[in-house]
Amino acid sequence: MTTTVEAMHDRHVGHDTPRGATPPVFYVRDEHAHEAASTALGFWIYLMSDCLIFAVLFATYGVLGTSYAAGPTPKELFDLPLVALNTSMLLLSSITYGFAMLAMEKGRTGQTQAWLFITLLFGLAFLGIELFEFAHLIHEGAGPWRSAFLSSFFTLVGTHGLHVTFGSVWLVTLMVQVARRGLIPANRRRLMCLSMFWHFLDVIWIGVFTFVYLMGALR
Amino acid sequence: MLETLTTFLFGRLSLESFPYHEPIVVATFFAVVLGGIALVAALSYFKLWGYLWTEWFTTVDHKRIGIMYMVLGLIMLLRGFADAIMMRAQQAIAFNGSEGYLNSHHFDQVFTAHGVIMIFFVAMPLVTGLMNYVVPLQIGARDVSFPFLNNFSFWMTVGGAVLIMASLFVGEFARTGWLAYPPLSGLEASPDVGVDYYIWALQVAGVGTTLSGINLICTIVKMRAPGMTMMKMPVFTWTSLCTNVLIVASFPILTAVLVLLSLDRYVGTHFFTNDMGGNPMMYVNLIWIWGHPEVYILILPCFGIFSEVTSTFTGKKLFGYTSMVYATVVITILSYLVWLHHFFTMGSGASVNSFFGITTMIISIPTGAKIFNWLFTMYRGRIRFELPMMWTIAFMLTFVIGGMTGVLLAVPPADFVLHNSLFLIAHFHNVIIGGVLFGLFAGIYYWWPKAFGFRLDPFWGKMSFWFWVIGFYFAFMPLYVLGLMGVTRRLRVFEDPSLQIWFQIAAFGAVLIALGIGSFLIQIAVSVLKRRQLVDVSGDPWDGRTLEWATSSPPPGYNFAFTPVIHDNDAWWDMKKRGYARPLDGFRPIHMPSNTGTGVILAGISTVLGFALVWHIWWLAAVSFVGLLAVAINHTFNYNRDFHIPVDEVVRTESERTRLLSGQV
Amino acid sequence: MSRYRAIALLPVMAALSGCNLVVLNPAGDVASQQGDLVVISTLLMLLIIVPVMALTVLFAWRYRQSNNTARYEPDWDHSTQLELVIWAAPLLIIICLGAITWVTTHKLDPYRPLDRIASDKPVPAGAKPLDVQVVALDWKWLFVYPEYGIASVNEMAAPVDRQIRFSLTASTVMNSFYVPALAGMIYTMPGMETKLHAVINEPGTYKGFSSNYSGAGFSHMRFNFLGLSNQDFDGWVSKVKSAGGSLDRNAYLALEKPSEAVPVQHYGTVDPKLFNAVVNMCVRPGTMCMSDMAAIDRAGGLNAGGKAAAEAILRANTLAGFPDTQQTGLCTVAEAVEAAASNSGAVQRPTVTPISASATPAGPQRLANP
Repeated sequence: MTTTVEAMHDRHVGHDTPRGATPPVFYVRDEHAHEAASTALGFWIYLMSDCLIFAVLFATYGVLGTSYAAGPTPKELFDLPLVALNTSMLLLSSITYGFAMLAMEKGRTGQTQAWLFITLLFGLAFLGIELFEFAHLIHEGAGPWRSAFLSSFFTLVGTHGLHVTFGSVWLVTLMVQVARRGLIPANRRRLMCLSMFWHFLDVIWIGVFTFVYLMGALR
Repeated sequence: MLETLTTFLFGRLSLESFPYHEPIVVATFFAVVLGGIALVAALSYFKLWGYLWTEWFTTVDHKRIGIMYMVLGLIMLLRGFADAIMMRAQQAIAFNGSEGYLNSHHFDQVFTAHGVIMIFFVAMPLVTGLMNYVVPLQIGARDVSFPFLNNFSFWMTVGGAVLIMASLFVGEFARTGWLAYPPLSGLEASPDVGVDYYIWALQVAGVGTTLSGINLICTIVKMRAPGMTMMKMPVFTWTSLCTNVLIVASFPILTAVLVLLSLDRYVGTHFFTNDMGGNPMMYVNLIWIWGHPEVYILILPCFGIFSEVTSTFTGKKLFGYTSMVYATVVITILSYLVWLHHFFTMGSGASVNSFFGITTMIISIPTGAKIFNWLFTMYRGRIRFELPMMWTIAFMLTFVIGGMTGVLLAVPPADFVLHNSLFLIAHFHNVIIGGVLFGLFAGIYYWWPKAFGFRLDPFWGKMSFWFWVIGFYFAFMPLYVLGLMGVTRRLRVFEDPSLQIWFQIAAFGAVLIALGIGSFLIQIAVSVLKRRQLVDVSGDPWDGRTLEWATSSPPPGYNFAFTPVIHDNDAWWDMKKRGYARPLDGFRPIHMPSNTGTGVILAGISTVLGFALVWHIWWLAAVSFVGLLAVAINHTFNYNRDFHIPVDEVVRTESERTRLLSGQV
Repeated sequence: MSRYRAIALLPVMAALSGCNLVVLNPAGDVASQQGDLVVISTLLMLLIIVPVMALTVLFAWRYRQSNNTARYEPDWDHSTQLELVIWAAPLLIIICLGAITWVTTHKLDPYRPLDRIASDKPVPAGAKPLDVQVVALDWKWLFVYPEYGIASVNEMAAPVDRQIRFSLTASTVMNSFYVPALAGMIYTMPGMETKLHAVINEPGTYKGFSSNYSGAGFSHMRFNFLGLSNQDFDGWVSKVKSAGGSLDRNAYLALEKPSEAVPVQHYGTVDPKLFNAVVNMCVRPGTMCMSDMAAIDRAGGLNAGGKAAAEAILRANTLAGFPDTQQTGLCTVAEAVEAAASNSGAVQRPTVTPISASATPAGPQRLANP
């Protein structure tokens, strides 16, 4: 429905328009696809709504983040080198996703798939490290039930991790799609959406890293 | 061993979970079962299953989805109203030592269910249904931006409703009040499944609501017909846009806060617990950051309906279109700055209370401007008192009272004496019934002929109108009085006998409203039987002004054979005035989305997942979760999502309309 | 009482004669000011509501379709002057109401001590307010009078014309304390303490109840608020004292258990630290007080703030436990922690500990994980 005025070559004119005046145009006969444009906007709005969920979780962490209930504190728990490693995994995965998109723009299916696969590996590495960290904390008696601080920590970081997990499942799905159908417009659109999602998770993680880990360790 | 096995298989679910020892519930259950069997039998006998499945359940047509939303809302209205009348009856008799007929276990569920159902499963589906039906037509689009998502959203809303209805017969519903404040909704005070039903019903429905919000925003932003700039959009579309922005910007907060509550209940975290650093006040804040915008989500589209109705039935352009739009936008923004007025009495400081009180009052300025705009639209008009206009007038007279008491409650020291009282109950029913519900009725009467091609019978419509309006005043004015007598809400039994008469008057009002609902249902039945007499072939029975009246009633699947071009905000009025001629030839095939059953299946599995989580049936939860993922992924491999309506069919449809139109003249 | 009230209520008076609109006609000065505010705000808004309703009816009638004599201007849709008026008129009302709101909200802030006990009587110099500690239990009210060392359940008394200073909390869920004749309500919330200042001006028996739904027994969660002359109040105090019964921690824990429609009970003596323990949720032996917990957290956690301090808390609370005589450390260990954290340079701020090295904290467990 994004018909431009130029495209209205086939106009229908009201019949009793006075002669000489520009006749009003009441409908167009041309149709234009609109789906792609709507998808980008729709997905963007979805990301913003997801962002609100994270906003609530950040706010919760902001309120409860110092309620240790006489239990362990961030200083005792957070292992910054490990988190730094983790962060680099996610950042690298974003970069490699970017390369995948560049390859896609050039229409190189194999290269796209390869970069997507590397992205997936980085994503899985990130998840693995996060799970290791969680398992360790729980083993140490610092599980989410120990204090409000730990509840909000696990929920914020865990929700992000859950998003990365879904992103990975999605990534695999898209790799299968691309393998089957190639870089058809539908798949390009999907890769573009996942790209937005993946970078969005990166941005959220930078918030988590700064707000939770760095400020926690410095507090 | 056996016990371990049954616990594994059924979680917390046992024979005791079925309230077979409660006569009222059992009777209701059998009524529902018999009704259900009769319905299933009838559908099977007339071989309607295939038709329902292919034409309705799997449809991606925004019009049919809109109608299904309305059906859902009306069915749930009956349930929600049954709860209401049970409460009114209990409160009218529980005096002088009488315990009434409901014990606290039931009464507390009833008022919780009433609130939850009326907001989430009556008002929301009705509002969403009207937006779904009308918005694409008003902006000259073929469908919404994401038709499949639209179908999925609807079925998720149904899934939530199914869960809440299931709680009636399997287990129990929450006994916490409709917002389930912790610590009362926490594990220690509410260990049973009630709150879990609450959580999962709202989560399942909430997904649908959020996605439908995204969908309609995209539709309005991206799919307007050429020429329709933002400031040429019909007011209903404007208010729908604002409402959907509110939905997308507030429902995720509800989702998040319910996730936190469920973590407290399922994992043992300490977000809202009394101990280990938890903070129940945070729940109260977060839920109202969603909750206050929610009331504007409901009322804004109704403001849009009143605008359309007023200008149509006065035969006049809407007075102050621009200020109407700005008022809507201002309300949208301000609705995020007032949430604390729901708990002035929780000990926040005077400056904080004043701030939120004053921001609340400021909302009444754009709202007041809107009222004046409708008023001056009537000024120097030619008012036709058809049913939609009657509801509008009733709204204008009723809503201002509710608005006034609302502003009164926004004055913190006044709220200190009226908070949680029946005065408050009277206030929000005054705005929700007098505003939202009257608006929905105006909308239903207004657009019914568009959806079905015949009008609703005016006699039964007037019966319904008068029963509703008079019943409303009888039911809620006594509550204002009771509030001033210091009577609080959610009380099951009373001591002071002087209160009883007021409760009896309120119960009488509820009976009148029941007659209003009954008349409405009779009206639909009568109108369907008399549809030949009430028929409208013009597609424009009210001499309408906006685009939806430009097409036939009911509109064809593709809405408009050619995309309209807009020059004025009363587009159809403008077309009629300037000699628009309906195109009779040159039709082309029309590109449309295909139906799909995936939405029904996904929502069905989500409902099962919710049920499994409520009852701690972990294997079923795991299976349905994996199933959910599998179906969703599988859906992405379906590339046959659209088709072209062949040109012959378009020609056939359009010629039929030509024939009808010429027959009419 | 006030002229505003009289004017506003004239038309409704007839209909409502015989019913007691306690909110508009209370016996306490605070509630009275709040009731006045209800009336004033309503009148202010009626200035615009009444014309709107009248115009609605008038326009609906005058411009009905059958009235051919009325003017019809289908394209008239804008008037700048009119727009100005319709935005300005509500704005002016809201400016007035907003000013009133700001002033009265500060003046009637429940946390603010009263500056008058009636419209014509300031608080007498040197008058000591009556302290009342309120605990909302499942489902009854506990009133503790620290000044007199007595307590009562589901009955409260106060002398007329003396300021009452409430401290309120709850045991498990949220309730709201409301005596309509006395003053506006305030929530009572577990683990939190709210405040309310009020005064009763006329002797009498008034209804009090919870105005926030709190579960099964909520409907019966009522009490009588007795406004008494000074002499009668002294009589009431001695009656309660002579009732015997002691509200110590064990008695409280027994009382705390859910019960409905509980009759009035009196206690002649009360553990003076009970209310503080209720607020901090550490009545039960072996539980750490929330204030202590908060102090430890503020000091940077158990390990950072010094184990010694924490162990002091443990000794004081958990190990010493019952009976009350040993509970000296209750809610005061906070200072010990802070002292330990601040005065000793030896307290190590641990370096960033890798998770593998972090010790399992020896925090007192108030609640095992479920």
